[in-house]
Amino acid sequence: MSTFSTFDIAGSALSAQSLRLNLTASNLANMHDVAGTADGVYKARQAMFRAATDPFGSALAGVDVLGVTESTAPAIERYDPGNPQANSDGLVYGSNVNAMEEMANMISASRSYQSNLEVINTAKELLLRTLSLGQV
Amino acid sequence: MDSILGIHEAALTFRAQRMEVIAANLANADTPHYQARDVEFSSVLAGAASAVKMSTTDARHLSTAPRGAQSELKYRIPHQPSLDGNTVETDLELARYAENAVSYQSSLLFASNRISTLRMALTGARS
Repeated sequence: MSTFSTFDIAGSALSAQSLRLNLTASNLANMHDVAGTADGVYKARQAMFRAATDPFGSALAGVDVLGVTESTAPAIERYDPGNPQANSDGLVYGSNVNAMEEMANMISASRSYQSNLEVINTAKELLLRTLSLGQV
Repeated sequence: MDSILGIHEAALTFRAQRMEVIAANLANADTPHYQARDVEFSSVLAGAASAVKMSTTDARHLSTAPRGAQSELKYRIPHQPSLDGNTVETDLELARYAENAVSYQSSLLFASNRISTLRMALTGARS
């Protein structure tokens, strides 16, 4: 019996959701980055999730982080000749981070983190009670 | 020795397996194209309750042993499917998880009472 795999499953989700929270923090921190070229500026980053499959074939496993992708939304062009990073035309490029999207993403990640934590707590309590089965 | 805990042993196994299935659903609540799954209680119960077993004297004989819960995994029909193909409904899954945990505890209580009954019979005193 593998009651312990509940911890693995929920644990993988915890780590995936915390990566998502970290990326949101990074996106929000770099929201006001500027650069002289459209390619050089910070791009919003998102995590890609995939359902993990257990190597032993029992189709029950947690979640895998496939990788981190950069948003392909265009950088925001701004005329700011006084900026030391402005190019010869006086343009600077701001990052394409959308604060609203990031906030929504953050709430979703934190809700998911909470529900997985609850799963772990309940499983732990059940397992501890099972361990004391038959004891007076 | 199998009959001491009776059906509660099988019930505990089933509840533990269902806990894993629902934990996997919750873990993949944000995974695109993930299809939520669950184990059907009635099918597992039917398998566990059929006490009559055919004796097998040859490796090619069919077995009437209850099938594992893994083979009974079925896909959930979502009330509100999402655009990314994910069919996990977190709140419902959490409710089912809680219900499953309570059922696990009640099976545990039945098993524990069975053990104290036996202990009382053995020692002749209320412990």
